[in-house]
Amino acid sequence: MKMYKNKGDKPTKTGFGAGVLAAAHQNGNVLGIGADITASVGMNLFADTFPGRFISLGIAEQNCIGVAAGLALSGKVPVFSTYGVFAALRTADQIRISVCYNNVHVIIGGAHAGISVGADGATHQALEDIAVMRVMPNMTVVSPCDATQAEILTEKAILGLSGPVYIRFGREAVPDFTDEQQETEIGKGQELKQGKDVSILATGHMVWEALEAAEMLSAQNISARVINIHTIKPIDEDIICKAAEETGAIVTAEEHQIFGGFGSAVAEVVVRNRPVPVEFVGMADTFGESGKPEELMGKYGLKAKDIAAAAKRAIGRK
Amino acid sequence: MNAVKTKDKLKEIVKTLRVDVVKSLAEAGSGHLGASLGLADVFAVLYFHIMRHDPQNPGWEERDRLILSIGHVAPVYYAALARSGYFSVEELKTLRKLGSRLQGHPGRDHGLPGIELSAGSLGQGLSVAVGMALAAKLDRRSWRVYSIHGDGEMQEGSVWEAAMSAAHHKLDNLTALIDRNFVQIDGETSRVMEIEPLKEKWEAFGWKVFQCDGNDTEALIETYSKARAVAGQPSVIIARTKMGKGVKTIEDDYRWHGKAPSPEEAEDFIKQIEDENV
Repeated sequence: MKMYKNKGDKPTKTGFGAGVLAAAHQNGNVLGIGADITASVGMNLFADTFPGRFISLGIAEQNCIGVAAGLALSGKVPVFSTYGVFAALRTADQIRISVCYNNVHVIIGGAHAGISVGADGATHQALEDIAVMRVMPNMTVVSPCDATQAEILTEKAILGLSGPVYIRFGREAVPDFTDEQQETEIGKGQELKQGKDVSILATGHMVWEALEAAEMLSAQNISARVINIHTIKPIDEDIICKAAEETGAIVTAEEHQIFGGFGSAVAEVVVRNRPVPVEFVGMADTFGESGKPEELMGKYGLKAKDIAAAAKRAIGRK
Repeated sequence: MNAVKTKDKLKEIVKTLRVDVVKSLAEAGSGHLGASLGLADVFAVLYFHIMRHDPQNPGWEERDRLILSIGHVAPVYYAALARSGYFSVEELKTLRKLGSRLQGHPGRDHGLPGIELSAGSLGQGLSVAVGMALAAKLDRRSWRVYSIHGDGEMQEGSVWEAAMSAAHHKLDNLTALIDRNFVQIDGETSRVMEIEPLKEKWEAFGWKVFQCDGNDTEALIETYSKARAVAGQPSVIIARTKMGKGVKTIEDDYRWHGKAPSPEEAEDFIKQIEDENV
């Protein structure tokens, strides 16, 4: 029996766009910064609703980040969104110094995250952004699992936080399944399914795959816990430690390189507090390529069956 | 604060800043002497004549903002802040030391009053200045943004992204200054990477360009006043300075870009600064 129902496929970027708009209605200082690809990164709703608060800066991402820092230092709340490969990687030095060292409230949207970007190929698939963003002091890293959650977390990040924030989201329409009523707080993981044999900790699009994997495992009499970690930094140490303690084996799942990303963040908590076997599902130190999202998720081992296989390996190492 | 009116008084302040720079660098044992000396006139003119600011209230919303993009000239920045009254002159001795509020490159997280931006990675300050100027425009505020850049910094591509955006958004409340001393760490700018024709580049990017002697306080005051009157476009002052200005024996010597004087050298340098007829 499915515990979570897909309300209909939706890209997480639409949730991001809706969250920005909701925050902008509540706070007149919220501004949008555009680097040419406004609609494609979920900022068109805001730009159409508040044209006077949308600043177009062209294809110049380094400048966008610096300008955002200057606006934030002057009391504004700038939201800058572009493809994650540019938002987080091209601008890393500007983010490090102008944003993080100055500890200003700049919201950076990393669109087209993961390999599910598909046909555009390796250049446009953000697979290293979590690693680079989470290593920056003062930075909060948010990775919502579906459109509903993207909207809630984006609004909260803009209105509720005070330092730099990176919000990661995808382009593909993916299952929209979370309950708006469920408690969703930045920094708090969510146990979506109980389980005692193994814990699957997933982020972003991989949360749905993790739920599917848990069902597959259930058919084989393996009880898998599923935890959605939508805030990668600061990470919810309590929920991770509890999972390690109670299930004795962990699988992490992310649409990102396995080195330095979400899985590494979980492993850091596990080895420090309650060492148990950890298996990593993610991109295995390789670039992506062109293809349909489904084909790519299959080829690079990011499907539910891959998570289920990793869960069995983790249990086998107990 | 009240602008310093008399020319002689301003020139005395320039000398004081230079002596402060030499003393604090000698005490620190490292740091960037050359451009810190070369920019003393600019800092004196900005902090003691041009800018609206209140050292008793560093966060005053109506203050003019100074964005120092070249964080390595922090010693002259700190000297100007201390002499303006943001903190005690005594504290200049703590430059670059563990636990000091006077970081090697400015860091706001250490709590030094008067610092607008933590900076030091070249090519970022103009973008921040653009963001601030945009904020002032959006809120219809009259405060202005002054930014300071190095000539070597013009080699950073991000400067030109920022330059394009300032003109596009017609930021006439922003005046940048380029410290044109023709040298950088590896030697002459023209040899490391030619940045000329500089005036034409900025004009092509839509800026109003002024050129003046950056070691002449009167010329700087006059040029900043003209820049303030520009409407509809941002302005930039290409200020010709001498690296190491005030210390005759090291003027224009690029080897003093990133070096601190020994105690004996410091004594000699201070004497040269005090004896200089300006």
